[in-house]
Amino acid sequence: MDTHITLDHGSGGSKTSELIGSILLPAFKNPALDQLGDGAVLEGASRLVFSTDSFVVSPWRFPGGDIGKLSVCGTVNDLCMAGGIPKYLSLSLILEEGFPMADLKTITGSIEAQAREAGVTIVTGDTKVVEAGKGDGIYINTAGIGFLKSDLPGRSAIRPGDAILLSGSAGCHGAAVMMARSGLITNESPLVSDCRPLHQLSAAVLDAAPDAIRILRDPTRGGVATTLNEFTEGMSFSIELDSPSIPVAPAVETACDMLGLDPLYCACEGRMLVVCSPESAEKLLTVMRNTPGGEEAACIGHVTQEMPGKVLLRTAIGGRRILSKLSGAQLPRIC
Amino acid sequence: MCLAIPMKIKKINGRSADCEAGGLTQSIRVDFLEDARPGDYVMVHAGFAIQKMTEAEALENLKLLEDIRHAL
Amino acid sequence: MLYDHPFKNPKDVPDLLGKIRSYAQKAGPIRLMEVCGTHTMAIARNGIKSLLPEALQLLSGPGCPVCVTPANYMDMILELTGIPGVHIVSYGDLLRVPGSRQGDHLLARKSRGALVDMVYSPIEAVDMAERYPDQQIVFLGVGFETTAPGTAACILEAAQRGLKNFSVLCLLKKTEPALRTLIEAPDFAVDGFLCPGHVAAITGSQAFAFLPKDYHLPGVVAGFESADLLYAILELVEMIASKKPGLRNEYTRMVRPNGNPAARRLMDQVFQDCSSDWRGLGAIENSGYTLRDEYADWDAWKKFSLKPASVREIPGCCCGQVIRGVLTPPDCPLFGQTCSPQNPVGPCMVSGEGACAAAYQYGSH
Repeated sequence: MDTHITLDHGSGGSKTSELIGSILLPAFKNPALDQLGDGAVLEGASRLVFSTDSFVVSPWRFPGGDIGKLSVCGTVNDLCMAGGIPKYLSLSLILEEGFPMADLKTITGSIEAQAREAGVTIVTGDTKVVEAGKGDGIYINTAGIGFLKSDLPGRSAIRPGDAILLSGSAGCHGAAVMMARSGLITNESPLVSDCRPLHQLSAAVLDAAPDAIRILRDPTRGGVATTLNEFTEGMSFSIELDSPSIPVAPAVETACDMLGLDPLYCACEGRMLVVCSPESAEKLLTVMRNTPGGEEAACIGHVTQEMPGKVLLRTAIGGRRILSKLSGAQLPRIC
Repeated sequence: MCLAIPMKIKKINGRSADCEAGGLTQSIRVDFLEDARPGDYVMVHAGFAIQKMTEAEALENLKLLEDIRHAL
Repeated sequence: MLYDHPFKNPKDVPDLLGKIRSYAQKAGPIRLMEVCGTHTMAIARNGIKSLLPEALQLLSGPGCPVCVTPANYMDMILELTGIPGVHIVSYGDLLRVPGSRQGDHLLARKSRGALVDMVYSPIEAVDMAERYPDQQIVFLGVGFETTAPGTAACILEAAQRGLKNFSVLCLLKKTEPALRTLIEAPDFAVDGFLCPGHVAAITGSQAFAFLPKDYHLPGVVAGFESADLLYAILELVEMIASKKPGLRNEYTRMVRPNGNPAARRLMDQVFQDCSSDWRGLGAIENSGYTLRDEYADWDAWKKFSLKPASVREIPGCCCGQVIRGVLTPPDCPLFGQTCSPQNPVGPCMVSGEGACAAAYQYGSH
């Protein structure tokens, strides 16, 4: 068995079969995948949710997770936020020549563990190898199918007075990746990515108050501030957040202060934003706090009419400022 | 001009020190601090401790603000 | 932590704001300048402008190292990336600053194959020189007095480790000469200064005593939390209303009258004063730092015989006037039009702490 990926592993020949047979099939063993057909034949439902996402995070291993875990959570969470129960995933690997086989095993191991936790089956996949220097070790694409549980009305149903709920501390993933990339993270660091599947949280709120929820969203790239701007853009309502109510873990706050970042613009990979009717907010918060991954859920703000299209933040000292969309990736700074 | 955060020195290794804040530990240079000791609080800018702070000074600073509020 | 928590969460805000308002009313329209870009950001993030009376204006000064670096210097740095084997190492601040051509910056050069990396501490750049002996590591040494001693320590470290493939492109600047130039300009119209707390941690609060002494202008050395800023503003408006300009130190937990003498000795050992070019202010005598001759081996200016191209300022860009507090960001015809954080024209829009970026990100536009 080779210790590193070579171009031959992407040839489609015996080396490809060896890679699939020795690493991928054993990791994700299931009847649909074992057929090794060009596609999988699946049991279905009357209405489906379908989503896809690609993952290029570098370094591929970060505090609290790796690209494998992320590639499952990312697509699973997109399905959940669309009101679906995640069922099936496809998995495409783009490997760079020279990538260590041992690392690939680690990554497939975490893909398997996450898929099991989220209740999804990997039913089809593909592997390609690119020349050394033409990739960043490993890129992953996953696509997923979920069965629709609840038809969410979306942002057009948002009304003034609605509550904005967040399932936990903002910005953990973005801050952890940024610190890891800056070489500033140590092994015993409490700053870890929040990367996790949201299937239990989304199912719990959809069960508790299916008609009160306007929209669910996981605030990934651009963080909470950017996601909320996507709700308000071009609409006749605004959103006002209350800064002291927004949960931010101390390690995230320190990392952001150190690097000059704003936690509200740092990505989350295991948090859920809920916009719901004001009457149901308390009930949903209780449900979220009693569900794994939602222990620190909080109501972080409300929908208002004051400055249509904008997201505003009320600061700890009572000042107000506009939270605009993220413009380009945040860069650590010293000034 | 200059972002900086307060951190606590845990251990000194020559011109470097392990410093902690918010549960995060970083290796920080203490080249231009005279007599830095474990337990000291320092202000860290771009990987260097630029000044030491004591608890008494922090409390004095709070009192100064209180005094300003009463005087003005 | 005792050193920031109580200062982040002041209890007496309405009382303070009431006092600021009443002094401001007494004094008439007031224009305060925060010299430091980190103050600009802290004021924006805390929404402080939304709490102050209209007659009290806060202007951003020349304390953002990115904003005061002229475009032709960036052009020179961008050209340096083209020399084979040269590996540029920089703080994140400089990576998106365009030269005189919009869209041409270090990140764009990196995506086309140039060796460009970002660090948090300059010591990492020294480590990189050790790791890549075949490359010439050039560290972009921007900043003010706060950043200068760390930069000096890195040059000494490289000398001690015998690393000849490490050099610093020293663009460090001094605060006082720039403030004097600003104040002596004919269009100067500022009533008091929020003095940069972390510069003063090195220079000492006394370094700002020239403000009341030579110019009858009040100054308050201030920290960066919301309480620091509100109290410093209160002290400034009180001094302006009572017409008794002085220098006060609000940031006593950090700033001693004499600053950090050990840090200044280190700076003296490695650097000497030189003339420096500032965007918006022009060339100012003795306003920058350059490496002493003994450290010429680590001086990127000498090593690569660098000279900035002739000045090519960008048509319409008002960063120069914004830095001097003559114009506010929305006064610039490019603001929010052709110049935005997505596609910045001038440095004040690029730097996170630039006055224009802060106004765009945190203001209403």
